[in-house]
Amino acid sequence: MKMDRRTFLKTTGAAVTASALPISLIKVAFGAKNPAKDFTFAYISDAHIQQIEGSKFVRNWDMGLIRTIQEANLLTPRPDFFFFGGDLAQLGKKEELDHGLEIMSRLRGKVYYVIGEHDYYLDLGKYWESKISPLWYSFDHKGIHFIVLNSILTYDKWTHKNWADPMDRMLAMARLDNPEGSPFLVGEKQREWLKKDLEKVDKSIPIVVCSHSPLQKIYKGWNFWTDDAESVQALLKPFKKVSVIYGHVHQIQYNQIGNISFQAVMATAWPWPYPKSYVQAPSHLPKLTVPMNRADPFFERDATGWQFIDLRTGNVDMHYQLPDNKNRSVVFNTKTGRPQDVKYQNVGSRIPPQNHY
Amino acid sequence: MLRLGVIAATLVTCVAFAAPLGLPPMPIPANNPITPDKVKLGDKLFHDKRFSSTGEVSCATCHDREKGFADGLPVSEGINKLTGTRNAPTVINAAYLHSQFWDGREPTLESQSTQPFLNPVEMALPSHEPILKIVRTDPEYMDLFKKAFGKTGNRITMTEVSQAIASFERTLVAGNSPFDRYFYGGDKKAMSPAAIRGLDIFLNQGRCVSCHVIEQTQALFTDNRFHMIGAAAQQMPKDLDELTAAVEDVKKKGTDIAVLSNAKTSSLGRFAVTRDLTDIGAFKTPTLRNIDLTAPYLHDGSLKTLEEVVLFYNNGGRVKETDPVPELLSGGIRPLNLSKEQEADLVEFLKALTSPEFTQK
Repeated sequence: MKMDRRTFLKTTGAAVTASALPISLIKVAFGAKNPAKDFTFAYISDAHIQQIEGSKFVRNWDMGLIRTIQEANLLTPRPDFFFFGGDLAQLGKKEELDHGLEIMSRLRGKVYYVIGEHDYYLDLGKYWESKISPLWYSFDHKGIHFIVLNSILTYDKWTHKNWADPMDRMLAMARLDNPEGSPFLVGEKQREWLKKDLEKVDKSIPIVVCSHSPLQKIYKGWNFWTDDAESVQALLKPFKKVSVIYGHVHQIQYNQIGNISFQAVMATAWPWPYPKSYVQAPSHLPKLTVPMNRADPFFERDATGWQFIDLRTGNVDMHYQLPDNKNRSVVFNTKTGRPQDVKYQNVGSRIPPQNHY
Repeated sequence: MLRLGVIAATLVTCVAFAAPLGLPPMPIPANNPITPDKVKLGDKLFHDKRFSSTGEVSCATCHDREKGFADGLPVSEGINKLTGTRNAPTVINAAYLHSQFWDGREPTLESQSTQPFLNPVEMALPSHEPILKIVRTDPEYMDLFKKAFGKTGNRITMTEVSQAIASFERTLVAGNSPFDRYFYGGDKKAMSPAAIRGLDIFLNQGRCVSCHVIEQTQALFTDNRFHMIGAAAQQMPKDLDELTAAVEDVKKKGTDIAVLSNAKTSSLGRFAVTRDLTDIGAFKTPTLRNIDLTAPYLHDGSLKTLEEVVLFYNNGGRVKETDPVPELLSGGIRPLNLSKEQEADLVEFLKALTSPEFTQK
């Protein structure tokens, strides 16, 4: 079944009505030759579950994750699996991770976990590894090679500085714009592992890399950044189709560097603005996004969200589910060779931002 | 808001008569200018029980002037005491709303008015034909339609019937409440000290104003949006199968009939119209004007008093503090930490929203 995106959406929209499916997740054909690759998965990220004291947790973040899971449980047909993209906790505490896992247990389906810096810097991932998931790993699913990286490591001299308390380290890394912070790294050990892992993979197999921080350099001041991004990209360069999915930035971003498509996922907790608005001096930010249209700050879920993903092109096609806002799809355009917003890519079709007084 | 303003300006013309204190000018569709003849005709149509299968139910049965143009029941009763699933909203000031029905499934008063005639639990006519037969042959109606529209016989259609009813409803506006006299009229004695404290809670700690909007020169007490506030959460579809069945129900029977005949389908709220996940269980923000007259409350009439409503919101969309928090609860609904005194003040404020024409009996 070959058709362009517009026809695809139209037809599937009609199919939704015809079959009474409550939402627009429709099985997508990867290609007639590869019926086994016909699948979807969903991506939830950046829940930032935060303990106030004892059994009291920040309600807003709890409700964001709860709502997302409730919605994701309504996906039909069922996605093959879920990803959680990191920052389940706010300050890496066992209580936060446990509470987060308890909420996550309502999700119906297998979950692959990616670690974020908010999960890591209290105990350097020990509790995460014992309870949740390895910090980096790979697996194959229906002809796609998935790789999970721990991209939020940093230089040893910062990590093992003479911290009075591990929580000081956690707090230092948790602050978005901390000038005393340290840039993220995948690091040599993991890059070695990645190199070996990729040796076994045929170059025509589509690769999906999931990391918490962007494996590209966006804005160092906020650590929207991975310091050895180029070295990681170089390892991925020989492959025909590579998609990188990352969390951390709490906003929609997409970009193409050579053969690699980059797509960010939304947070369930809160949105970050695009950092450009805070830049005082000229910076040379890559042109990445159609900015988030944030309708109304009263709606605490607005500009948060989650996404489901298909790989019918062999690249990630991302369908953003945005409560209290317009859903968006950022899909790999085979003609231009880069991910593009299906509806809002042209300047003329964008929703102008609102001014608040 | 700017875009809405532009749309409003192209679709409606504002009528000349001055709006009551606290209300904006009435929006009138360009294709249905208001005239005294139309209003008179609409009034008669609104009260005519012959437009129901049993001859016992008119629009006014559920929208009774004596009951604030509502019916005082949790959910409305149509023919043979059949009940629907939703609380009759007042018609007073309905002309200002951007959409009609609790789920906003109709955009105008005109299009809204044609549906209850046919709904099996309301007026239950098999089609609109019996109405047209009466208005085309009844001498009184023949005269009124001639005066209002210059039409007779087969030229009278449901378009004219609905335009007349809508014109009548556009006269059912009421402002000038103690709140309006206090807030817009500068009469500092118009509200009691308790109601004045209640207004402060309404605007601040209670956060009521976020949805029940008060503006600088007018207050309609609605944002014209849809929110899942936690009401009837236990009715909502529990899983995908139930949700799919409810959507199937809507498609098979049509929204109007499906949502009024089944509590589970009704609980979909705005989702039945948009199929947008944000809208599951979301219902339109109703106006609060004359709210003291229109108990019971919420879309399903599940709360008997204003005290219960305030407590419900204070508990973050729950009847009891110990009830579970609905998963899809709108982000704006959260516990308010109001004291008992504050709750009482808030109720006093709500009682100050009654217009004098409804208090002077």
